[in-house]
Amino acid sequence: MSEVKYSKEHEWIKLDGDEATIGITKHATEMLGDIVFAELPEKGSNVDKDGTAGVVESTKAASDVYTPVSGEVIDTNQMIVDDPSKINEDPEESAWFFKLKIKDKSEMDSLMSKEEYEKFAKETSA
Amino acid sequence: MSIKKTSLNNLHIKYGAKLVEFAGYQMPIQYKDGIIQEHKYTRSHSGIFDVSHMGQLFISGGDDLTNDLEKIFPADLKKLKTNQSKYSFLMNNKGGILDDLIITKTSDGFLIILNAACKYNDYEVIKSKLDNQYKLNLDESLSLIALQGPEAKNVLNKVIRGCDSLKFMNGNNYVYKNEKVYITRSGYTGEDGFEISIKHSDAETFVESLIKNGSKLIGLGARDTLRMEAGLCLYGNDLDNDTSPIEANLKWAIPKSRIETEFVGSEVLKNQFQIGVKKLRVGIKPDSKVIARGNTKIYNDKNQEIGKVTSGTFGPSVEHPIAMGYVDNNYSTVNTKIFLEVRGKKIPANICNLPFYKKNYVKGEINV
Repeated sequence: MSEVKYSKEHEWIKLDGDEATIGITKHATEMLGDIVFAELPEKGSNVDKDGTAGVVESTKAASDVYTPVSGEVIDTNQMIVDDPSKINEDPEESAWFFKLKIKDKSEMDSLMSKEEYEKFAKETSA
Repeated sequence: MSIKKTSLNNLHIKYGAKLVEFAGYQMPIQYKDGIIQEHKYTRSHSGIFDVSHMGQLFISGGDDLTNDLEKIFPADLKKLKTNQSKYSFLMNNKGGILDDLIITKTSDGFLIILNAACKYNDYEVIKSKLDNQYKLNLDESLSLIALQGPEAKNVLNKVIRGCDSLKFMNGNNYVYKNEKVYITRSGYTGEDGFEISIKHSDAETFVESLIKNGSKLIGLGARDTLRMEAGLCLYGNDLDNDTSPIEANLKWAIPKSRIETEFVGSEVLKNQFQIGVKKLRVGIKPDSKVIARGNTKIYNDKNQEIGKVTSGTFGPSVEHPIAMGYVDNNYSTVNTKIFLEVRGKKIPANICNLPFYKKNYVKGEINV
């Protein structure tokens, strides 16, 4: 069974074996508003835990997307580059950002469960 | 200083506004629909904007008022008919813009609509330049509501009969609930529209009746994307006290009859009219989907810095990133290739004509 965890930077990460799919949370999209631009990391590049791995822009401002774990980028979602509004529509399923072959599963340990994240999101936006 | 609220604050909350502080006021940045939907609704139907944070300065008293105001503003105020409006500037001695504003001739003087962040300073500057000879009233007992969009005239006419006969940049007195309201046909979105000056106590019911007739509240976020598509400047972003109206590509707002006359900043402007300017405000269209926001550096094809973006966003109606900024005048010609430095990369773009979005004015009714 796959495991979904959440970061304080409002990314979600779904782990299947050593392959992780990463995107931004519904809560993040609600804070950002209408997303009009997305930039993704290059396939084959390596990203480090908590480092920048992309950008999303709303009509108002640009925000960095961070990777919650380290790894090699094995796939990116061209759909959200072509139509960034998909990120608002379906952020936690079809509008994922990138997939990583992860290096160290223990990096997942510091991330939050769904319940913990929901509590965190509620507290930080209050 | 505590944050101020407009008379529509409860209404903003009722309609799900996300509130932010802007120029000392708590203002709606967007409502439930979000900026893109709000922007598109204004272009296709009509939108209601709370602009009560802006200053409404009434000046009256004395036969020399028009003469004395012409020593401050580069507008042709002598030719202005009662209820007619003109876009103009308050400047410093160097021709730098302290504020951009709309002056309307009223039955007993002038009404000047000022930007929220500038209004108290404007008041002091104008008062001292007029040498305290006239009655100045920065009236904070009035709300200001803009109604913009192709359906604005139909919606407003259902609430206040007869206002659809107003011509562009003209105003008049009307009656709403037995109280006087002052309406001008103007706005800042590139659409046909009106601005309604109304008592605070009537503002909420007035806006509710506009909503009942099909209009929607629109936040500052969409106001910003609408004005950018229309190629209009935002004071503080695209205009400041170090930039003249000529540099801002707004010389159309200075009538020929005033160029040779004296007003604050006239020496500098006269000089710029004759020998030109070093920097000029231009429209910028990036080749790709990358958005270049304010303060983005602009380069030429030899990697030399030639200017700076002052406003930039994604234009919901043109469905493309748009920007404006100042470049070295040698690079201001339309279709000049430039490069925008965004997140360390040089993004290709072109100088383009403004506005990005063509005006949707009703034929035969509007004189531009």
